[in-house]
Amino acid sequence: MRQLLLIDWILITALGWLAIGVVGIAFPRKFFLISRALFPLGAFLGLLLALLALAAIASAPQRVILPIGLPDLPFHLRLDALSAFFLLLLGATAAGISIYAAGYLRPSEGTEPGLQCLLYHALLTSMALVMLADDGYAFMVAWETMALCAYFLVASEHRYAEIRRAAYLYLLISHIGAVGILLAFGVMAGSSGDYTFDAMRDFPTSGYWPTVAFLLALFGFGTKAGLLPLHVWLPEAHPVAPSPVSAMMSGIILKTAIYGMLRVAFDLLHVQLGWWGILLLILGLASALFGVIFAAVQTDMKRLLAYSSIENIGLVFVGIGLALVFKSFQLPNLAALALTAALYHCLNHAFFKSLLFLCTGSVLHATGERNLGKLGGLIHRMPWVAWLALIGALASAGLPPLNGFVSEWLLLQGFLFTAGLPHGYLNMLLPVVAGAVALIAALAGFAMVKFFGVVFLGQPREEKLAQAHDASRLERYGLLWLAAGCVLLGLLPNVIIALLDPVTRQLVGGGLRYAATSHGWWLLAPISEDRASYSPAAFLASIALFMAFVYWMVRRYYHGRAQRVAAWDCGYPLQTSRMQDTAEGFGQPIRRVFSPFFKRTREHPSPFDAQPRYRSVVEDPLWYWLYLPLARLVEYGTRLIAFLQQGRIAIYLLYSFVTLLTLLVLTRG
Amino acid sequence: MNFYAFLAQLLELVVALVLAPLLTGWINQCRAWLQNRSAPPLLQTYYTLSKLFHKDVLLAHNASSLFRAAPYIIFSCMALSCAIVPTLSTDLIFAPAADAIALVGLFALARVFIALAGMDVGTSFGSLGSRREMFIGFLAEPALLMVFFTASLISRSTSLSTIVETLAHREFVIYPSLAFAGVAFTMVSLAENARVPIDNPTTHLELTMIHEAMILEYSGRHLALIEWAASLKLFAYSCLGIALFFPFGIPEAADPLSLLLAGATLILKLAIGGIVLALIETLSAKMRIFRAPEFLGTAFLLAVLAMLVHLLLEAGQ
Repeated sequence: MRQLLLIDWILITALGWLAIGVVGIAFPRKFFLISRALFPLGAFLGLLLALLALAAIASAPQRVILPIGLPDLPFHLRLDALSAFFLLLLGATAAGISIYAAGYLRPSEGTEPGLQCLLYHALLTSMALVMLADDGYAFMVAWETMALCAYFLVASEHRYAEIRRAAYLYLLISHIGAVGILLAFGVMAGSSGDYTFDAMRDFPTSGYWPTVAFLLALFGFGTKAGLLPLHVWLPEAHPVAPSPVSAMMSGIILKTAIYGMLRVAFDLLHVQLGWWGILLLILGLASALFGVIFAAVQTDMKRLLAYSSIENIGLVFVGIGLALVFKSFQLPNLAALALTAALYHCLNHAFFKSLLFLCTGSVLHATGERNLGKLGGLIHRMPWVAWLALIGALASAGLPPLNGFVSEWLLLQGFLFTAGLPHGYLNMLLPVVAGAVALIAALAGFAMVKFFGVVFLGQPREEKLAQAHDASRLERYGLLWLAAGCVLLGLLPNVIIALLDPVTRQLVGGGLRYAATSHGWWLLAPISEDRASYSPAAFLASIALFMAFVYWMVRRYYHGRAQRVAAWDCGYPLQTSRMQDTAEGFGQPIRRVFSPFFKRTREHPSPFDAQPRYRSVVEDPLWYWLYLPLARLVEYGTRLIAFLQQGRIAIYLLYSFVTLLTLLVLTRG
Repeated sequence: MNFYAFLAQLLELVVALVLAPLLTGWINQCRAWLQNRSAPPLLQTYYTLSKLFHKDVLLAHNASSLFRAAPYIIFSCMALSCAIVPTLSTDLIFAPAADAIALVGLFALARVFIALAGMDVGTSFGSLGSRREMFIGFLAEPALLMVFFTASLISRSTSLSTIVETLAHREFVIYPSLAFAGVAFTMVSLAENARVPIDNPTTHLELTMIHEAMILEYSGRHLALIEWAASLKLFAYSCLGIALFFPFGIPEAADPLSLLLAGATLILKLAIGGIVLALIETLSAKMRIFRAPEFLGTAFLLAVLAMLVHLLLEAGQ
């Protein structure tokens, strides 16, 4: 028996999750065991996995072969810097989500807890295996297990038809995407028939086959990531799942797609073409813009967050695209800068989006409402959730000194270097693209103010909100962990960049470690100090010090009397909660400015209508332009084929006979 | 860590805190003259602040702790922004901690908090103001960032100190791109500081207000802090305009003599800037809120044009 390596420990931890799930299904009636022992244990394993992955990032790649599966096809697993980074993301985020889920689970809701426990932990295990897989076969098995577990978890409340529909849409598009990935592996394995990643790395670099493989992988992973125009399932499926699962889907599952894309584009394919990067850049920007505009007009809080996930994934793809462009021009350090921004944003998004989804879970349990039009004023009833959600919202809006800002800052820095590209027009077009990134960041601020303001501020829009209760203790621990992550990732960028250095070295052959760590832990200067620098710690410290000073001065020199009175509101005597902006009202400027993006149906009754109904529905036009025509085409095609099915045995025998004859003729020649 | 850099930083902050209300008062005075009204005293803003600080705070029943904390946060953000912009010297102790992008982020942070505070009490005007503020914000922010990017591409740095050093000292070249950027920056500053033609700082006509609508529920010391923060924001934008487009006279060193000289130049430039702003406000009419995208879209395109002009004409030099 050889000594246990890091990869073995990681594997044991991941399988530990599966064991937890099996124990859960073995005792489905013991709710207390499941929620108070198994889920917290799962959170502990997540933490352990994160620590192991942390140790693994800087160490040399390790391999292990698991003799499971078909006789000649064992699972090849490999742990390198890239998989270690994503395992870190998985473990750290899952720790927060699991501890929250322990407090969130209710025996009366949806799938029974025992089964949910199995599916949830099997999902975690399969994600870890996706990141460890070193051959196409193991990857696809883990990938499909992940998709199926997520499907069953989304369909947890399967009594509702629209939830079944959303889950089915997810499963369908996920499988179409899986076909793309499978074909990409097939192309890269070539005629050798060897599906290990090692064999794929020897894939010839000339000709058009690398491009075919890249495009197939982009299609496959793009469906999972929710890249335009393959995003339609995401805003349907993410909101209907139980909140911890929504958090997991947005926070982690989307990142597995990013992992897959990076693995194929930078590791398996040896050649990187510049126009791939441009393609990713365009797709990423389109997704980000589309996502954030739709987020700003949503009226359901979880759909708003789901669209915001499309935006963030878009930004990650912009970073990857930029890295590909720099790589194709042989600028490894700049490629490392762009890639660091993308990976950093993955980590940030995992934390702040999970946090926000979990906060909506608490709101949902406290009020039973997902509709923004029926919430409001919850900061008084749910201070814990509100203040932690504020951290998440600020991080998501990309505001300093929290984590979302750091990755956007790095991305913008990357764009500023594109002016130096030795290319005729890219060096002029790409810097201008930075303006679009700035627009996306600013719109994200709009969407987040809407989200936080409508849910937590103002007057309660419904009577029953007065009975809302704050998150339970275990839920708070989960939220606190994720919020602390948002703050720390924002304050300690150099630690994270030093951590990412082995990953970027592996993928693009450059790193930021030297530049980042040479000025001390507090100052981030990715390229050089006179080029650009940013110090979130000094930033936060000076704001906090200044606030304390101003508060002290004001309270010292002026009296602190404050009276509670009725709101002033320009002296209007009548004020009801219905007079605040609704979610629709808050999104109105966006609907107006970006009207070509939307498909709107409105009902404007006449002034003489005795029972007027005002309605404005904003829909995704791609659904009508792309998906419904496609669905009709498929239906039409299947109807043509259905002509073959006559229901008479003689005809089927004829088919067999004709087929046999044709084959004989073909093989004879 | 040298002493003079620390001194310059401290001085800059104090000068900003002291001079900001004066700048607002000066602009109000110029505007009154131009509009044939009798002008309020130059120090009127200070009197108002002092009055507000002494008054009791009236809080709406529904106001949360976020509403009470927001004025302090906004004021600190604006004071910090004044400390980041190099006005008296480019040798500042805080300069490496925040660059132009972080400055945009700082303005955005303050904007988000004031918008949230506007929504907190849950009145119709408050949320109307917040919605409009965020609307103007997402239109103005990209344009502002593009202006900064143009300056950053010229000086190969996003650090404001380096930008000013390059533009003011290293070489004397006329940059045509900066002319476009300057116009774009002026338009953005008008919008961001709630001035005519986007908003009217003196309005209390309900349907047209943006900034005033958000802060309707504030009173006493909270209102004083917010008003002071608004002056600081205007001061920071004015100083930014000076630093980017008229940086001549901002010294690299931070010895007492050059600080004194820089202070005198700054006051002169601000006085002229105030007159220009009053002139713009007098000569233009407030536009409907949905004309704002055209106005700020123009600003964005001008900033993009500035960048392209730089890349096409100046980058080879």
